[in-house]
Amino acid sequence: MPSLLILVPLVGILVLNFLFKFVVRRAAFWFALALFATQVIITFLHAPFFYAGNADRFNPFFKVVFNIDGISFVALLCIEIVCLASLVVARYTLHDLSQRFNFTNLLLISSIGMNGLVLTSDIFSLYVFLEVAAVSSFIMIAFRRGKRSLEGAFKYIILSAVATVLMLAAIAILLLACSDTSFAAIRQGIGQSPESNIILFSVGMFISGLFIKAGLVPFHAWLPDAYSAAPDAVSVLLAGIVTKACGVYTLIRLVVSVFGFRPGLSQVILLLGAVSVLVGALAALGQNDFKRMLAYSSISQIGYIVLGLGSGTALGLAGAVFHFFNHAIFKSLLFVNAAAVAEEAHTTDMDKIGGLSSRMPVTGSTSVIGFLSAAGIPPLAGFWSKLVIIIALWKAGDIAYAVIAVLASILTLSYLLSMQRRVFFGRLKQGLEDTREVGPGFSFISVLLALIIIACGLLFPMVFNAIYAPIKQILIQ
Amino acid sequence: MTNLDLILLILMVVAAVWAVMARSLLKAAIGLAIVSIVITIFMFEFSSPLAAVFELSVCSGLITVIFLSTIGLTRPLSHKELLALARDRGRRYGFLPLLVIACGAVLAFLLLKMPLDLEVAKNTIVAGAREVLWNARHLDLFGQIMILLAGVFGAVLLFRENSTDEW
Repeated sequence: MPSLLILVPLVGILVLNFLFKFVVRRAAFWFALALFATQVIITFLHAPFFYAGNADRFNPFFKVVFNIDGISFVALLCIEIVCLASLVVARYTLHDLSQRFNFTNLLLISSIGMNGLVLTSDIFSLYVFLEVAAVSSFIMIAFRRGKRSLEGAFKYIILSAVATVLMLAAIAILLLACSDTSFAAIRQGIGQSPESNIILFSVGMFISGLFIKAGLVPFHAWLPDAYSAAPDAVSVLLAGIVTKACGVYTLIRLVVSVFGFRPGLSQVILLLGAVSVLVGALAALGQNDFKRMLAYSSISQIGYIVLGLGSGTALGLAGAVFHFFNHAIFKSLLFVNAAAVAEEAHTTDMDKIGGLSSRMPVTGSTSVIGFLSAAGIPPLAGFWSKLVIIIALWKAGDIAYAVIAVLASILTLSYLLSMQRRVFFGRLKQGLEDTREVGPGFSFISVLLALIIIACGLLFPMVFNAIYAPIKQILIQ
Repeated sequence: MTNLDLILLILMVVAAVWAVMARSLLKAAIGLAIVSIVITIFMFEFSSPLAAVFELSVCSGLITVIFLSTIGLTRPLSHKELLALARDRGRRYGFLPLLVIACGAVLAFLLLKMPLDLEVAKNTIVAGAREVLWNARHLDLFGQIMILLAGVFGAVLLFRENSTDEW
């Protein structure tokens, strides 16, 4: 019953607004927490009753068959874990009860949007669910109505509107050329007219829209502002999963299941991936704001995922999907830590903070795990996914891109090391004597995310095999 | 494409540019309404009367009324402020027309050199676009309800009275 992933959050919203709102608003947090935790457990356990798309009782109602394969499984798991982390951060950082209540509702809507786009196998439905996730994100960024947050949301809206126009125009052309909007029909249509310029043009337009959504260089202008200006809980959600589900997952899904790997397309993807990896890392080096640095780091890490996809091999794709998961986890962890610092130090300017590890040991220690994984230090999970991507690039003959990926990893290590030293190590800055850990929930989620990173690193052969085997199967099909 | 269509398309582009570039918000709202009216005419022409009526009543009617009422409640900029705004805009976006012309020239050159192969395999839409987009799946309808729901929460959050953030 995969449709439960979009129906249960809706029921949750209705219950929250028609029952809890009048009983006690505080219960909304626990309700949503239980909902996301259940989703994480069911997804992780791969419960057969849940994954049998054909046996879904709601198929006749929606008139679709939901499909969950190896790639969507990883995406669903990331969505639920990051939503859970974002919810916990909101509990501690959104002090106004009404704001927190509305945030919980928007988080549930956002999860419906992301789950929907992962489950669907129709390009128009995918677009609709992309918009569900995007609209809820605009509102969550602008949430506090501060000048910076409104500016961040506005930039996101404008660039998303450009992406929307490109995608809608592409869907219209594909509908005319392929007679339907289902993945299977479009794949067949493209197969029948592989050299048709009009189809290639529409594929190019759709993918350009996805590049904007993914925040790849040079379409990244909205991303640093949106990430850094959003409330902390929203930053966790955006950096952890929204950009990746809307841009990167959709790109992977469409290239793998619909458009196919073409030499020209692969070259464009590789080039944009490499530019993003380098520009993101170089821009992160020059940042003084903790959250802004992490935002540029996200651009760089998304570049790695795209490089893996661009290699066009099963190994590269498996590396990309594994890095997708790893990035969702370690970037969520780093943003959770940034939220803790912002909550206690009341600033994210790295020149004004320092030595926080002595006052916030859990935040400081988990941050080390997060940044080492992001920089690709063994034996943490980030090391393995980057290694697989680099090997895949090398084996595919894209040696220059493999070298860029290695060099950018050194840059990543340098800016994250600098961040760790400035924020957490050294002598405690004046005025920060009263700082302490934000709360048990905050520490719990940081430790949980850090443990996932360590476990995925140590159990790499098992984890990677669980990703690689289904992807090989998908590519053979 | 008839000459009338061509004129309407040009009118639509001019009105859209006017809506974005107009110094006065009032004129911008009128520009937007003209864009909607032209779209309505196209929808009628393409035998979509229902969509056309919605476009005319909601986009060019209701939304324009809301815009005009809101503009009526705001303080208009003084002539001096408007001039400063126009100068700033000119400085920032003055290159845009040149960019559009350059892109157009490159595209025209490419088309002359390499004509587009617009042929695709004959896949006629048996059921019709309306059937495919509206009746083939109910999942999209569910998604659209979610967008509306998000909009409701947005209105509640963004238009409440007190701001909690610094300006």
